Amino acid sequence: MKRMPPVDAVIVGFGWTGAIMGMELAEAGLKVLALERGEYRDTSPDFSYPGIVDELAYGIRGMLFQPLARETVTIRHGVNETAVPYRQYGSFLFGNNVGGAGVHWNGQHYRPSPEDLEFASHVRQRYGAKFTPPDMQIQDYGVGYAELEPYLEKFEYLCGTSGRAGNLGGRIQEGGNPFEGPRARDYPNPPMADTYGAQLFADAARERGLHPFPQPSSNASRPYTNPLGVRLGPCNFCGFCERFGCYMYSKAAPQTTILPVLMRRPNFQLRTRSHVLKVNLDAGGRRATGVTYVDAQGEQVEQPAELVIVAAFQMHNVRLMLLSGIGKPYDPASGTGVIGRNYAYQMMSSIAAFYDPDTAINPFIGAGAGGTQIVDDFNSDHFDHGPHGFVGGAYLFGGQTGGRPIQQLAVPPGTPAWGAAWKRAAKQSYLHTTFVGTHGSVMAYRDRYLDLDPTYRDAFGQPLLRITFDWHDNEYRMTRFVTDRAQEVVDAMKPRQSSQTVRQPGDHYDIRQYQTTHTTGGVIMGSDPSTSALNRYLQSWDVPNVFVTGASAFPQNLGYNPTGLIGGLTYWAARAIRETYLKHPGPLVQA
Amino acid sequence: MPSEPPASRARREFLRRSLVAAPALGLFGGAAALGGAHAAAPATAYAPRYFTTAEWAFVQAAVDRLIPADAEGPGALELGVAEFLDRQMDDAYGRGELWYMQGPFHPEAAPTLGYQLRFTPRELYRAGIKAVDDWCGRQHGKPFAELAPDQRDEVLRQLEGGAIELDGVPAKAFFAQLLTNTKEGYFADPMYGGNKGMGSWKMIGFPGARADFMDWSEQPGKPYPLGPVSIKGARA
Repeated sequence: MKRMPPVDAVIVGFGWTGAIMGMELAEAGLKVLALERGEYRDTSPDFSYPGIVDELAYGIRGMLFQPLARETVTIRHGVNETAVPYRQYGSFLFGNNVGGAGVHWNGQHYRPSPEDLEFASHVRQRYGAKFTPPDMQIQDYGVGYAELEPYLEKFEYLCGTSGRAGNLGGRIQEGGNPFEGPRARDYPNPPMADTYGAQLFADAARERGLHPFPQPSSNASRPYTNPLGVRLGPCNFCGFCERFGCYMYSKAAPQTTILPVLMRRPNFQLRTRSHVLKVNLDAGGRRATGVTYVDAQGEQVEQPAELVIVAAFQMHNVRLMLLSGIGKPYDPASGTGVIGRNYAYQMMSSIAAFYDPDTAINPFIGAGAGGTQIVDDFNSDHFDHGPHGFVGGAYLFGGQTGGRPIQQLAVPPGTPAWGAAWKRAAKQSYLHTTFVGTHGSVMAYRDRYLDLDPTYRDAFGQPLLRITFDWHDNEYRMTRFVTDRAQEVVDAMKPRQSSQTVRQPGDHYDIRQYQTTHTTGGVIMGSDPSTSALNRYLQSWDVPNVFVTGASAFPQNLGYNPTGLIGGLTYWAARAIRETYLKHPGPLVQA
Repeated sequence: MPSEPPASRARREFLRRSLVAAPALGLFGGAAALGGAHAAAPATAYAPRYFTTAEWAFVQAAVDRLIPADAEGPGALELGVAEFLDRQMDDAYGRGELWYMQGPFHPEAAPTLGYQLRFTPRELYRAGIKAVDDWCGRQHGKPFAELAPDQRDEVLRQLEGGAIELDGVPAKAFFAQLLTNTKEGYFADPMYGGNKGMGSWKMIGFPGARADFMDWSEQPGKPYPLGPVSIKGARA
């Protein structure tokens, strides 16, 4: 096998967390190599206008997504079923190429609520140990909001996040989210203008005594230069955001925030078309010696490194840990083992609000995150769950990210799916319909996990990752409760008609419907090596020179979009590596 | 459903039958020149690259009913959706290159676990069209494309509901593929062969590839005044 010269740190995957780690470790003076299996991609020429505003190519065929033909996952609802491959995109969308999912996200940029980070302790303390079912495996992150706050802020200032603070140093701010944890500083940019749908939603929510605020958006509301000196331009509400790259340099992505600086660092190198097969361990299995990858010519290459950062998408991180034999695989029968443990997802619902022709919604005017209004009254533990019999919650959102007609056109309930009646309804509804949705948490359970599939393989002959997942009662109750609250707001918006899409008790997880790409868990962080794969610094308990970044570290899923927390945790771990680990390589927490 | 003007129906039927009879001769331009209230801009001649003559007749007859032309706006046939479908069949998508297609296949798996057939899109069309035409031959003595519009609607409804048992192809899966791709062709940018003249975008009010609403984002509730543009810069 070909053997490359050693580096100080090798990074597997070059999306958001790979780019953050690359920058941080290069600043610390290390010789850093990032391995990305996809191609190089940049705003120009890859996302430039007008080619990028092609709904069929990007929104439907998924030209920016990982080609499933080469590698996918398998899925089953229960531990005794045979899993089948996720053959076509539906429920979630894997990123591909440089920037990863950080290119085609919306820019919805949230922080966790303080209680989300110590969720198990908080729920036990407020509601008692018997409030949750015995098979629910909620855990604490091992890091609290106050210590994480500077790193959450650092990521927001990198991205140029546009929003309005709701809590500055403990003082509640009018027009922001009154339920959020305290911020040391306001957002770097003011919120974007609200779309009309969002205004209708916010007015109705206020009328009902709720607390709407502009969605924190990593779509810049004005020209912005971030602390690295990289410039973003103002978002123009083009309506082609999620699933697309941003032609306006407005949506924060590695390309628009970090790469222009990082790619010029002499001690940093990126190698694309390099598919990592496994992390290599020494004979004792307690130390990583580097990685093995397949290069563009199909040749296997050994890359020695002192430090290995596993920074691919959540699913791929879990798979690489299993393929590398780092940490004990999770066993749902005994509830022991850590790799693959606590896979979770999110539970969404939506309500379409249909108006008469004199209400011009102009749905095509939309941004991925900005221009939408949010109600956070029913998320996290912002309300007393005692009478409701569930934990977790959702934020409500009003507005739309665009009006792309193949994917985003809705017709009233009862309309046939085709024919003259469908066409008439499409014509009458398109300009006059907006949406309210709920974006909710999913807890972790003993029988929901990830492992390697026994049958299906990828293009390199390695086993695919297998998902075992279905909904539990806690989530059916959560979504019913928050969707009822959303419906009350919609009714106050006074549309001509509305239609609800909500998962009913007994409905199985449906892989065909896009829900969210916020898959979490499988390499979770925590304070006990018997129930977590990583310590509070995202460092492997088993192999201390391996760190694993991304949503794979979340012990259960929260009601927010994960990227803000992912970025914050990555900066938090990078600080620990720079200030502590590099001086004394070894475990940062004694098991 | 409101009835459509007889003239419109006759024109559309002529259009369709012309194409059914001689797909390679490109009568579309001549037919469109007949005009009429909902005629699209003259379409260029198109000879199918993937579909056989019988299949080409089927897809035209099917898309014509899935999104029919009427006083509300253009139908899928005149917007070139049949051409769109043929071009997609000849693309990576149609060849199944965007899907994970390794076996074993478990078509009996729960529908919520997603598509599990061994067919690529182009294979699903080939098998599905043949199966529907065979079924129509047994039931009506002629292929789908030669049935009257209301008979075609009835066959499509039965496919949609899975009420027809086809040879070797799940009817609902074939129908779902056909309907999904038909709507794609109807609403996608015209450079893919459908949505000629941006007819569907004009009908619903989508400005297409304009994708810059800086000036209009702070005028909520005010109707947007501009018509669509295409990715290649055409205006309508």
